[in-house]
Amino acid sequence: MNKTLASIAAGMALFAAASVVEAPAAHAQTKVRIATEGAYLPWNGMDASGKLIGFEIDLSAELCKRIGATCEVMAQDWDGIIPGLQSRKYDLIMAGMSITDERKQVISFAGPYATEPTVFAAMKGSPLLALNLPTTSVDMSEISPDEQKLIDQSAAAVKGKTVGVQVSTIQQNMVEQLMPGVEVRAYDKVDNMGLDLVSGRIDAIVADRSAIEGLIKAGEQNKDITKFGPAFSRGVLGEGVGIGLRKADTELQGKLDKAIKDATADGTITKLSTQWFGYDTSIK
Amino acid sequence: MNLSIMWDAVPKLLAGVPVTLQLVGLALLFGFALAAGVAWMRLSASKLLSRIAAGYVFVFRGTPLLVQIFLIYYGLGQFQAVRASIFWDILREPYWCGVIALTLNTAAYTSEMIRGGVQSVPHGQIEAARACGFSRLMVFRRIVAPIAVRQALPAYGNEIILMVKASSLASTITLLEITGIARRIISQSFAVFEVFIVAGAIYLLINFLITRLIRYAEWRVTPHLRRPA
Repeated sequence: MNKTLASIAAGMALFAAASVVEAPAAHAQTKVRIATEGAYLPWNGMDASGKLIGFEIDLSAELCKRIGATCEVMAQDWDGIIPGLQSRKYDLIMAGMSITDERKQVISFAGPYATEPTVFAAMKGSPLLALNLPTTSVDMSEISPDEQKLIDQSAAAVKGKTVGVQVSTIQQNMVEQLMPGVEVRAYDKVDNMGLDLVSGRIDAIVADRSAIEGLIKAGEQNKDITKFGPAFSRGVLGEGVGIGLRKADTELQGKLDKAIKDATADGTITKLSTQWFGYDTSIK
Repeated sequence: MNLSIMWDAVPKLLAGVPVTLQLVGLALLFGFALAAGVAWMRLSASKLLSRIAAGYVFVFRGTPLLVQIFLIYYGLGQFQAVRASIFWDILREPYWCGVIALTLNTAAYTSEMIRGGVQSVPHGQIEAARACGFSRLMVFRRIVAPIAVRQALPAYGNEIILMVKASSLASTITLLEITGIARRIISQSFAVFEVFIVAGAIYLLINFLITRLIRYAEWRVTPHLRRPA
């Protein structure tokens, strides 16, 4: 028995040794590697040939020009995107990532460069749509009594229902914190969430407005997906979408903050946003 | 390395152990029954039955389990006919889709082990038993089955261990077994390294116990190899 324990211990030691965190490397500010998800159009996505496209791909080229860096954009799965930044596989994250307190504990953000409301959606004919919830915007940074009423109404509507979210998103936070009694199913990709909504496995989904609109447009089978309820923003949903970077890279953060400010002020972000979203997502 | 994150993750991940064990247990149970049927078809004199069984094994052994899980979960759900059928009550649940995928997968491998085990029984022994007046059922129960089990057990032990690990793929269809819970904790803490080490250790512990059980079972079925006391 002792021999077995010793061999287990030896195995564990080997396992740990193999994964020692890399030592910090020297900063090479001129070459910047950017990670995006590539499955979240119009923010970022892939065309038929597998080339990365989207609002953030164009914006990254623009910002890199402004900070005088050469950039390389790569695709990375959403649920490993922050750990990948920490382990220096790339230097920046531009993946429709909202700035939240939780994320700020582990990484820093430049920006925000854009913002978008969060909405619910269900299939045509669902009793959720029949409730005719008001579609007003709810800014949750300071919740007025009227807005609280809207949140409560929405929470009551989805109570006891199965709601799909993308794993590790601000929407997952929102449902888990503000809407008790909801069965949350967490999906790796928005597309898979759409498949389960259409097949009737889940009652509703909640995501960025553009993600839901993208889903509806993605194919004939999705045409009955319908948005409902208020358009939520801020508060638990964060302050908008920013560029994620390691906490140590303060110099890069300063440069990017300035570049984003300039690009917002001169209308560049508005232009790119209108081109990809059909409306302005820039921070006013 | 953040030890307090690891420590906090332990009870949360242990809560996923029953789901993992249920998935594996049910899949092995149903899978073994299905495998016995498939092996019987494979060994039957009917060319047609044998071909069907061989085709099933070829498809489920030759494609990745992840692809099978996706096809059963997301694929079948796309057909209106499936959604309107009585099977939808089962197929709409990620849990049963996981069980079905694991069952079909393990049955393909297990049926080959059963076939190999049965075919390893020397003809002479069967003939000798028949000559002694054993009925067919008796031949199977007293001669074929013991030899086949002895032959197939080490490989089947491997299959059980592989199944425990394969069950982690069920997390891709929103199931919260050990890996699914690990991914959920990581999505909140971003501590990939810490959480997966704990999850890995739990799998290691489960498989440690399983290897012990298999070794005991092997010892039980091979009295002729033991040194006389």
